[in-house]
Parts: sequence; C-alpha cells; structure tokens
Amino acid sequence: MRREELDPHSDGLMADAGLVLPAGVAAGTEGERKSRFGDLSVGAWLAIGWMVFVILVAILAKTHIFTWGDPQAVHAECARKGPFAQDGSAPGRLFGCDSDGRDMVARLALGAWTSLLVSFGAIAFGFIVGGGLGLVAGYFSDKPSRPIAAVAGGVIGAAFGVVAFGVIGAVGLGLSDGLAAVIGGVGGLAAGGYFGYQRGDVDTLITNVFNVMLSVPAIVLALALVAFLQGSEAAGTKAILPDVLILILAIGIVAVPLVGRISRGSALTWSQRDFVLAARAQGAQHGRIMVREVLPNVAPAMFSISLLSIAIAIVAEGTLAILGVGVRPPAPSWGNIIALDRNALFTSPHIVFEASFLIFVTVLALNYLGDVVRARFDVRESGI
Amino acid sequence: MQNELLRLIARRLVQLAIVLIVVSFFTFALIRLLPGDPTQTIIPFGRGPFFEHARARLRSDLGLSKDFFAQYWDYLTKLVRLNFGHQYSSGRSVGTLVKQSLPVSLELMIYAQIISLAIAIPLGVLAAYRAGTRTDSVINTTAFGALALPNFVLALLLSFFVGAQLKWLPTGGYAPGWLDPIFNGSVHMDLGQHLRYMVLPAFSLAVGQIAVYMRLLRTDMIATLQENFITLAKAKGLSNARILWRHALRPSSITLLTAAGLSVGTLIGGAVVVEVIFTVPGMGLKIVQAINAREYVELQSYIVIIAVLFVLVNFLVDFLYAVVDPRIRRARAA
Repeated sequence: MRREELDPHSDGLMADAGLVLPAGVAAGTEGERKSRFGDLSVGAWLAIGWMVFVILVAILAKTHIFTWGDPQAVHAECARKGPFAQDGSAPGRLFGCDSDGRDMVARLALGAWTSLLVSFGAIAFGFIVGGGLGLVAGYFSDKPSRPIAAVAGGVIGAAFGVVAFGVIGAVGLGLSDGLAAVIGGVGGLAAGGYFGYQRGDVDTLITNVFNVMLSVPAIVLALALVAFLQGSEAAGTKAILPDVLILILAIGIVAVPLVGRISRGSALTWSQRDFVLAARAQGAQHGRIMVREVLPNVAPAMFSISLLSIAIAIVAEGTLAILGVGVRPPAPSWGNIIALDRNALFTSPHIVFEASFLIFVTVLALNYLGDVVRARFDVRESGI
Repeated sequence: MQNELLRLIARRLVQLAIVLIVVSFFTFALIRLLPGDPTQTIIPFGRGPFFEHARARLRSDLGLSKDFFAQYWDYLTKLVRLNFGHQYSSGRSVGTLVKQSLPVSLELMIYAQIISLAIAIPLGVLAAYRAGTRTDSVINTTAFGALALPNFVLALLLSFFVGAQLKWLPTGGYAPGWLDPIFNGSVHMDLGQHLRYMVLPAFSLAVGQIAVYMRLLRTDMIATLQENFITLAKAKGLSNARILWRHALRPSSITLLTAAGLSVGTLIGGAVVVEVIFTVPGMGLKIVQAINAREYVELQSYIVIIAVLFVLVNFLVDFLYAVVDPRIRRARAA
C-alpha cells in the first residue's frame, strides 16, 4: 500500500488538528501548501542564506579552496587590535587580530568548520542512536515484542549484573575479577533476557535507559566525558581519540536521551494509526513497517528537532570550551576563540564578541528554521 | 490514596537506587578513562622521592593496587561516608571545598530562578492578555532572541558593557550576604554588597529561563482565557486585572511550575559557565580550576556530588508533584 494514500495530511483529521493552537510563536502560517518552499517568509530565506553562507565558508576554509589567510600566522603589528579595541584598529584586517596577532577572519572561518563539524556530528550520533532507540520504543509501546524485549533486557541485565555481581563476587566472596564479571554478566544476561521475554515491554526498558541517562545534568555529563577522555597533554600521554571526535561523542551521548524521548513520542502517535495496522494486516514485518511507514512520518518532526538540537550543540561546544574542555588549540573553534581570549575582554572585546556574534546568529537562524519546519509540518510541541 | 502513595514511593526508591548505582559506577569509571597511568596524569611533573611519595599516596587513595571491583567497592564506601578525597596540590579535603562553594552556587541558582519567575510571569500574562497585538509580538520576538543568546554570551556582554564600560556593577567576585560559606566570619556580611556581586551572574543565568517560562505561561494563559469561567467573571463586571491575576493565573501556571521544577539541570549547566565568567567562587569555578590543575580526583568528586544532588532534587520534585496532584499520583503508581 502506498503511504500517500493514507497520508494524514490529506485526511479529515487535519481540520480538527488545525483547531489546536500550536504552542510557541508560529501560529499564523495557515493557508494551502502548494509548494513546500515557494511561500517561505523573508526571515526563513535569511536564515537559510546565513546557514548556507556559514557552511560554505567552513568548507572553503577547511579545504583551502579559497582561503582567508593562515589562521596560525602571527602578525605582531596587529595583535589585540580590532574594530573596537582600545589600542586602535588594524588596517587591512577586517575583523582585527586576536591577542597573539592571528587574523580573526581566518580563525573564525576555520573555527566555523570545527564548531559545525562538532555540532552536526554530535547530533548525527544522537539521532542515529537516540532516534533509532526512540523509534523502536515508540513503535512497540502498544504491542508486545518478546524477542526484542529479551535482547534489550539481556543487554541491560548483563551490564547491571557485571557491576552488581562483580562487587558481590569479588569483594564478598573473594572470586577473581574476571570470574565475578563473567558470572555476573551471564547471570544478568539470562535474568534480564528472561524478564524481558516475559514482559515483552521494550518501551519501558528503553525509556528507563533514557531516564537514567537524563539523571546527570547534561553539561556536567559532557564535561566529565571530555575532561577524562582528553586526559592531560602535560603527562606525555596522548588522548585515545582526536579532540573533535571526543566532543562529538560527548555531546552526542548527551543528545541521545533527549532526541530519543522526542522520537519515541512521535513514533508512538504514528504507530497507532490505522495505516500501520493495515500494513501489519498485509503481513509486513515490524522492521519494514518501522522503516517504510512510521519513519517517513516521524521524519519532519525529527528534522525540526535536529535543527534546534544543532543550535544547542553549537552552544554546548562554546560552553565546554569556556570550561576548558573544548577542542584544544592551535585548531580554532568558535568556542575556543572565546575561551582563549576571554582575559582580553576588557581591552580587546572584538575577539570575544566576533565569535559570540557568529554563535548567536547561527543559533538564531537554526532556531528560526526549526520553528518554520515545525509550523509547516504541523508538528506539535510535545515532550520537549 | 495512602496505598497509591506508598506504592509510588516504593517504585521511586527502587528507581533512585538504580540511578545512584549507575551514577556512582560512571563517575568511578571516569578515572579509568584517563589515557595512560592515572597517577602520572594527575601528578605529571617531577621525579624524586617527594613526587613518588605523592603518587604512592594517590595510588593508595584510588586503590589502584587492588582489583577492579574492590576499587569500586572502596569508592562506594568512601562516597557513603562522604569522604571525597583531597586536592593533591594543596592537601585540602574536597569535602571542605564543597562546603565553601556549593552554597554560593545554590544562592546563584535561587536568585536566577526568582528573577526569571518575577519577570516571566508578568510578561507572560501581558502577552496572553494582548495576544495577537503588537505588544505580544514584541514580547515574543524578544523572547525568541533571548532563546538564541547563549548564557555565556550574555554574561560576556553584561560583564563588558554594564561592568567594565558603565562601571555600575562589579565584573567578578563574591561578598557574603546572608550566608558565609567562605570567610568564616572574617569578612563583614553586607547584603547590599552581596547582591551587587550577584546581579549580573544571576541575570545572565535567568534570561534563557525567562523566555522559556514566558512562552509556556502565555500558551496556557491564552487557553485559560477562553474558558467559560473567565467569561462569567467578565460578565460579573470584575476588573481585567482581577480576572487576570486572581482567576486566570493560577489554573494556567501548572506547566510553568513543572518546567521550573525540572529546570534544575539547565540551571546547573548554566551556573557552571556563568560562575567561570564572573569568577563567582561556586562549584562551577571549582570544576574549571580542577580541570586546569589536572585534579582529576577532585573533579570526579564534584561530578558525583552534582549528579547525586540533581538526582535527589528531581526525586523530591517528582514526589512533591505526586503529593500535590492526585492525577499524577494515579498515573505514576500504575
């Protein structure tokens, strides 16, 4: 059965849904949707334009197709000077230089690459893991699914068993670490698997994993992961992963439960629709229904959320950099440009404020686009 | 009802225990995430007996000579006894440092919460009352902008313009007002001075919340204002102010209060960075100092303390909602 025939936008339900005022700002974009992009507002075009510009600049700066100069080259005569620095401005350098005399345009351009790579990467990670888990949880919330629940229960049980029996076995009973861990793991796997199989409730298992992950404040969790994964250069030990990857992983892990809960909520409402039942009646497998029937309908909401999440990730990158756990110099990122020259705020404010301004405008553009997408697809704010 | 409540408490306590085990294991494992030998990373410089002695002490503190699970058990028992280890550079106990810095952070978060509610509620009521007018759209647009303004950017802006340029308020530091966690009475307590130091950090922290709260209240309030009892109140000839504040606000504020209760995590994250920018000597500043000084044991303790407090606060908020609202109680006990 083709999905379009049962598309919810074409059935009568939308008329009822239209009566519900969507929370937030964009309530005034009614009207018939003839084309998806033909009637965008000026603001939306500005936001799209800004994002295209920033992404383009980042790619060009990274690939050296068009360079704005060397971000590491030191121009001593220009150090600390900028459009509004007290020392006076630097001729020939549009945005001035940082306190080491490195050209701000070059640094901000390459910094855009780092910041965008971290935030897009982190959200991609969050969506693949969290979105996937949320989809499964939402889809199975009203149907028993023993095998999947057994797998989920087994994994959770094994992890828990290793810790719990590890301590009991190794400390209490004097077993060796390895033996205690294996016994705990196998025992937990069996117990969790059996429990999961009996209850058949994947949704509760996954939701509880999300809740546990949410029980540590997001910034603190990300900070802890980065601080300990980076370790310390001074000790002469190299970190296992490059900084950018560590940040993607840390922010991505924090994003998993947030994205997961929203995708679960969205998948839940779509999975209860009749066309899912129809597909099931035709003998389609769960996996196929999830991918072919539910996922396309969840996608618009996910797209809107992803734009908002990328904005949050950009801010998170900046926050972590200021806390001393960002991408380490010499590679510039918007966050570490601020962090490096925060001390020069009162004498050369241009350094900090240029990077801050870029973060602000990019976040504004992403938030705006997120709202436009949400209004366009009539995604209701729920579970945020 | 008694039964429901007891079942809810039992469920919540089991969940609490599981979360605490996960959190403690996570923070325990953090030290093992450090690349290389943790003692070399934490005390990187220097050879000779003095440093070897310090490393040996650290090794025994971390229990590195023991097996993995025995180490975890040690860590857990130390946590339960509130023994958080100490700074290796100074030898000061982390417990003392927390006693000095945690109250400052709490003060900051409480002020931020008060400011954000005090500004968001009137704005939300006004925006809902004038829904669709220019006032409404001005308030909404400002809120939209405020949401895109990261609190570190706002903090830097305020620090520069209000602090350094206009010189109205100090750009950093702390003075004791009604609590004296740091100075042990050696500094005169001056509430006015204290507030002068706290205004900018608290406001930086509050702005994002103001926007969120305002939008929530506005949405709920618009719905409430269409209810029949509001029409009745208007028909009785009550003044608009009375209808808005006495009749419409209370039923509209449930979502707002839930959001305020659940905003602790956001506030903690914001407080950390705002404290760093305004050098407010709270937990956030301590965390950054620990990172810069490679005091990983200290950092680990801060993380577990914040996480556990956060879990407990959420537990309490959740529990209070269940006590206050029977619908929630029934839904969650089921």
